[in-house]
Amino acid sequence: MSDHEYTPKSKVGKWFNDRLPLLTLANHLTDYPTPKNLNYWWTFGGILTFCLITQIVTGLVLAMHYIAHADMAFDSVEHIMRDVNYGWLIRYIHANGASMFFLAVYIHIFRSLFYGSYKSPREIIWIIGIIIYLLMMAAAFMGYVLPWGQMSFWGATVITNLFSAIPLVGEGIVTWLWGGYSVDNPTLTRFFTLHYLIPFLILGLVVLHIWALHVPGNNNPVGIDIKKPSKDTVPFHPYIVIKDGFALLMFMIVFAFFVFYTPNILGHADNYIEADPLVTPAHIVPEWYLLPFYAILRSVPDKLLGVIAMLSAILILAALPWLDTSKIRSAVFRPLYRQFYWILVADVLILGYVGAMPAEGLYLLIARVATAYYFLHFLVVLPILGFKEKTLPIPLSITEPILGGSPNLATVKNKESLNK
Amino acid sequence: MSEKKTNRRDFLFTATYAVGAVGVGATVWPMIDQMNPDASVKALASTEVDVSSVNPGKTITVLWRGKPVFIRRRTEEEISEARSVSLNDLKHPEKDEDRAKDPQWLVMLGVCTHLGCVPLDQKGDYNGWFCPCHGSHYDTSGRIRKGPAPTNMEIPKYEFVDAKTIKIG
Amino acid sequence: MKNFFRILFLVIIIIGFQHQTNAAEKIEYLKTDWSFKGLFGKFDRAALQRGYQVYTEVCASCHSMKYLSYRNLAEKGGPEFSEEQAKAIAASFEVKDGPNADGEMFIRPGKLSDKFVMPYENVKAAQAANGGAYPPDMSVLVKARGGGVDYIYSLLQGYEDPPAGFNLDDGVYYNKYMYGNKIKMANQLSDGLVEYSDRTIASVEQMSKDVTTFLMWAAEPHLEARHQMGFKAIVYLIILTTLVYFSMKRIWSRVETEV
Repeated sequence: MSDHEYTPKSKVGKWFNDRLPLLTLANHLTDYPTPKNLNYWWTFGGILTFCLITQIVTGLVLAMHYIAHADMAFDSVEHIMRDVNYGWLIRYIHANGASMFFLAVYIHIFRSLFYGSYKSPREIIWIIGIIIYLLMMAAAFMGYVLPWGQMSFWGATVITNLFSAIPLVGEGIVTWLWGGYSVDNPTLTRFFTLHYLIPFLILGLVVLHIWALHVPGNNNPVGIDIKKPSKDTVPFHPYIVIKDGFALLMFMIVFAFFVFYTPNILGHADNYIEADPLVTPAHIVPEWYLLPFYAILRSVPDKLLGVIAMLSAILILAALPWLDTSKIRSAVFRPLYRQFYWILVADVLILGYVGAMPAEGLYLLIARVATAYYFLHFLVVLPILGFKEKTLPIPLSITEPILGGSPNLATVKNKESLNK
Repeated sequence: MSEKKTNRRDFLFTATYAVGAVGVGATVWPMIDQMNPDASVKALASTEVDVSSVNPGKTITVLWRGKPVFIRRRTEEEISEARSVSLNDLKHPEKDEDRAKDPQWLVMLGVCTHLGCVPLDQKGDYNGWFCPCHGSHYDTSGRIRKGPAPTNMEIPKYEFVDAKTIKIG
Repeated sequence: MKNFFRILFLVIIIIGFQHQTNAAEKIEYLKTDWSFKGLFGKFDRAALQRGYQVYTEVCASCHSMKYLSYRNLAEKGGPEFSEEQAKAIAASFEVKDGPNADGEMFIRPGKLSDKFVMPYENVKAAQAANGGAYPPDMSVLVKARGGGVDYIYSLLQGYEDPPAGFNLDDGVYYNKYMYGNKIKMANQLSDGLVEYSDRTIASVEQMSKDVTTFLMWAAEPHLEARHQMGFKAIVYLIILTTLVYFSMKRIWSRVETEV
């Protein structure tokens, strides 16, 4: 479909397109051949784009009213909530939007893990995705500091102190990050600057992410390459556009419910107390989306090793395309991997749960076991599984029945669902 | 693709587009309206000024809604000068009687109607105000007489609360 | 459709986690029927006006509400005092203004645009007057406490004699619902403490409920607008989703694959 060279019909269009081929790009995007068997787990890419745009637009608006100064930040947020026209709406969308963004990105990542979307030839897409995820965490963390409540202040203190674990230069780096001897006004101002910058970096990386995706094309639930584009694919517009749109609207209903009816449930009450450098809140908990990593950090008794473990937990994902030795992409045809996949999902959920609990007694023990398993999954289970696992027979194409008769496409489709 | 063309006129698609457009509009509005003056700004709409210490021939300038307001206690000459001008000589015809209810007191926004600079007191060809930015001359009633400004300087809503206090706004 | 429920399921898990996070220290709070809960929740105007009375007559001598202005009292969705009433309330307070032309600060009656007058000049003065404990600003207090309205409502009624052997220093009181059971604020409410102009009987329970309602509004002044807009937004989204769903079915009917 996109094989043929595109030429605009109008003369002006051709003149323009010869100089800047925007129309060719638009044509590529609308005609982009997409596997017709994508399920709804593939709609989260579009949903994430929506989340990013929403955060950027509401963020720009908030920045018009927010004051990045330690003495005025908390007041200016209250000013937004009380006096600015629709300020409460815009702030609640932005605050809950961060959570929705992470919810969507986790689904997106776990979809990729299930269907092996990170495997050759899509390693670069995956690695760019990991960088985006890291930047999202940085943006979310710095954004959480801006209201200058108690959780903002103490979260910033704890997270920046992680760098003090670095031998020799650690203390110096922390002082440099703070611009003083504690988290204070200089810290707030620079966090605001970076919080403003990062979304645009993410936007740039998203363009690369999609560019890299459009080179090999989408993976699909069956995990095999497209054999006959004319038979196996549909043009992106209108088929995928409308489907993504439908899924996005579903997502927006959940989003709206949070914004309008429980806008503060995902936040922490202590953040409505203005920052006080003299009093630490009783429980310091990061936002829910960082809890698994927080649990990993706390499960290691050594300061430096804890930080290393936490960072490795994320960075190990970048090596995933090479740690997973299986040639088969989709978990649909990997019965053993499928079991381990679900154990990993449970493991991460458990880590998230104990991350919110006090780091003591049984919780600490569970956190340690779960942390160990997390690394085991990537470093031991995946490499060995690729050699040992007996996979199911794979269909010839995504529209044709499997060689040997069964299982047919209908059963394959049933098995695709993550919710077994 | 010919099928697509016939379907587009389909009622279902038209309805979907229409409802979608309404939603986009409703979402865009808060993003625009947030830039309008907020509730705390609107609440500061009035200010009270004590003018008991202003003698004839003196002007005080007070801040109202972030703009200067000139409060001038005019002399007899200034009043007669302002009231004797024929409306035909004015670019923006307004009677001085309408601009200054109490002839002694002229209360007006000290903002040049050309591009918003603050005119200088007791300057210019008409003994009133002169805007240094682009050379607009105003008379003793604050009316534009010469230069690029299109209209007279604006008279805000004001009232005397008592003999010595003016409430602006 | 199935996917929608799956997503919902995940969301519920996350909320569940959050709830359990707080569960560790949670005690059963006293319950009452709040008019502002639920999809169409609205404030009870009379309760807000009574709550304001309790705040000014009882709480305001120590607790500031620095983010509220007198104009808020007349705004839609709040206590909705009339403009005249709100002006009279504002004028009954003395506000420090200035400097005037002589460079001196002066006292004048409050105006609608003024912020609620603070009982103390600053935090230090508040601490000095209250045995070192700062009476927290109450503008967002409801949102700043884990239990929210239920917690405040319970705390106000939670004063009891300490159990035998429970050590209390001077100026510290026992409260069933306070974290650690020790509170530096003495019991402030007693039956009939204020005289409601609408003749409601001012029981401790009634005053607690009224003032907590008032604090909820103070922390979330746009709650009613939010509920109304939320209902409209969600109904709208459901309609559009339905339309898009059928459009999608129509479009995908051109290929044999199901969506």
